[in-house]
Amino acid sequence: MGAFEAVILTIITASTPLLLAAIGELVTERAGVLNLGVEGMMIMGAVCGFAAAYTTGSPIFGVGAGLLGGVGMSLLFAFLTQTLMTSQVATGLALTLLGLGLSGLIGEAFTGLPGVKLGPIDIPFLIDLPFVGSILFGQDILVYFSFALVAIVTYMLFRTRTGLIINAVGGNHHSAHALGYDVVKVRYACIAFGGACSGLAGAYLSLVYTPQWIENMSSGRGWIALALVAFSSWLPRRVLVGAYLFGTVWIMGLYVQALGVAIPAQLLSSLPYLVTITALIMMSGDKTLTKVNTPACIGQPFAPER
Amino acid sequence: MKIILEKRIEHSRVMALLSPLLAIAITVVIGGIIFASLGLDPAEALYVYFVEPVTTLWSIEELIVKAAPLVLIGAGLAICYSANVWNIGAEGQLTIGALFGSAIPVYFTTWQSPLTLVVMLVLGGFGGALFAAIPAALKNRFGANEILTSLMLVYVAQLLLDWLVRGPWRDPQGYNFPQSVPFEGWQQLPLLGEGRVHIGAIFAVMAVIVLAIMMGRSLRGFEIRVVGNSPRAGAFAGFHQKRVVWFTFMLSGALAGLAGICEVAGPSGELQPSISPGYGFTAIIVAFLGRLNPIGVLFAGFLLAISYLGGEAAQVELGISDKTAQVFQGMLLFFILACDTMILYRIKIASGRSASAKA
Repeated sequence: MGAFEAVILTIITASTPLLLAAIGELVTERAGVLNLGVEGMMIMGAVCGFAAAYTTGSPIFGVGAGLLGGVGMSLLFAFLTQTLMTSQVATGLALTLLGLGLSGLIGEAFTGLPGVKLGPIDIPFLIDLPFVGSILFGQDILVYFSFALVAIVTYMLFRTRTGLIINAVGGNHHSAHALGYDVVKVRYACIAFGGACSGLAGAYLSLVYTPQWIENMSSGRGWIALALVAFSSWLPRRVLVGAYLFGTVWIMGLYVQALGVAIPAQLLSSLPYLVTITALIMMSGDKTLTKVNTPACIGQPFAPER
Repeated sequence: MKIILEKRIEHSRVMALLSPLLAIAITVVIGGIIFASLGLDPAEALYVYFVEPVTTLWSIEELIVKAAPLVLIGAGLAICYSANVWNIGAEGQLTIGALFGSAIPVYFTTWQSPLTLVVMLVLGGFGGALFAAIPAALKNRFGANEILTSLMLVYVAQLLLDWLVRGPWRDPQGYNFPQSVPFEGWQQLPLLGEGRVHIGAIFAVMAVIVLAIMMGRSLRGFEIRVVGNSPRAGAFAGFHQKRVVWFTFMLSGALAGLAGICEVAGPSGELQPSISPGYGFTAIIVAFLGRLNPIGVLFAGFLLAISYLGGEAAQVELGISDKTAQVFQGMLLFFILACDTMILYRIKIASGRSASAKA
């Protein structure tokens, strides 16, 4: 495998968790819910994924447990914001703080243990293609799934009845309610979907990216995923582009460091965060696109009785 | 079974006071269950966690040392959140404040004057405010979400600190340890009494009093509350939302920066790669538990400080992870938010049949 292929492969591993989490949050936000707890759900996915994979020895169990960990956290958020109508911003922050604490406690017993890596699934024959073979057809199941997810979510949101309902609930919950849709139920489902995706993203971190448990190993990726959703103006295909852009920045720092360029390592490590801020600024240049696609009811609570 | 929320005609004042107490009670009960599931005697564990920290003079002093930064930061954040401005980057502002203030001991090692410490503290507050001005400017100028920008800047600030203490600011006589020169006596905060309590505690109390008066009695406080509750009403009153964003961000940033320099010029006495056990994030919980009210923040700061100390005590005495403290803190915020629902709504639990019959 050449050096170029190696770089591309690491970019894919850095981008996949961002892509998974951002697509999930996109669906949640399309339904009008702002869940700031992505970081908390992701880190819980990471610790549950690692714990299950280590205990059972099967990385696939780890993926399942990561998914469930994310869903569990997201249902807490859903119960508070949808049933008890708490503030979405504050509850999302609480979810992140709780997730970081809880994962640290659960993960303590697993710190420093050798991880179980989720191996690649090579697609026969195609993997032998020159250059693109190992990049396109030698990935693990979550990478394939992340691409499928973009396609599925795009189709679902813009070509199906389900998508119409989700967009209606996010665009105007009173009208959706008047039409007879159960706004709260739709939102519960979309929040859980977002939690599942964040959980998978976390599991990817602790099973593929660095197959071990490290406290706070999500290191802000959940927040970057949130920024990505806004940056891509709630369009799945732009999330795909954005995730790979950010993944590239993340990896670039490591490579520049390895080349021995005299730039402080800390400056390179801070690049993803600085780029995120820049992206949020750039977004403001594209006002119409943002305005058209922003779910109108985002962050607003909905009480069916009124 | 179905949970029905019935909107109250008026905010329930009783519930506003009762809700944090209820949240604390639920947290303690769940904590007991967690301890029992870890095979510990829940009564003993809870005693070690929540009561022991307030039983000896030593631990009460330690409590004040931990509560001071939480109250300082929490009071500023409470003002921010009342204005519906979401500064969650206090941890970064704390870090930059500590860096600005530490520039004096690092670069002017021999400057000994009564003014040294004053300049350090002013620089600390200034650094925090300056760093908080970044998300404020980005929000006002570009409409960039302040939650995301202020949080991203926390990582940037921590990496900057890491670079400085490992690189240019590393103590040449420090055997290559990542730390700055140790601060001289005149560069450290004076202690109150014999123990470890330093004048940072007085700053915290002063901040609470000043902010409480500002919020309760001044036009600026009124402006903040009106813009927070209803930006439209605020605009009719001639209040500028942007000005409120600037003010609240820089105020909370300055307080966080002050807490930062107090931390390094107080208990630490030098810069290290990590200078705060997450005070900037815990202060978010302090602000909410204190009802976004400066006086309330004073009490909430002490409670959260207990959880830090209890975590340490539990680690030593019961052999359980000090990470339980963070779990308690997270749970507490969750339960406060849940209990706050009762301020605005009556909660009724109905069986599925009667609920549908009513509809």
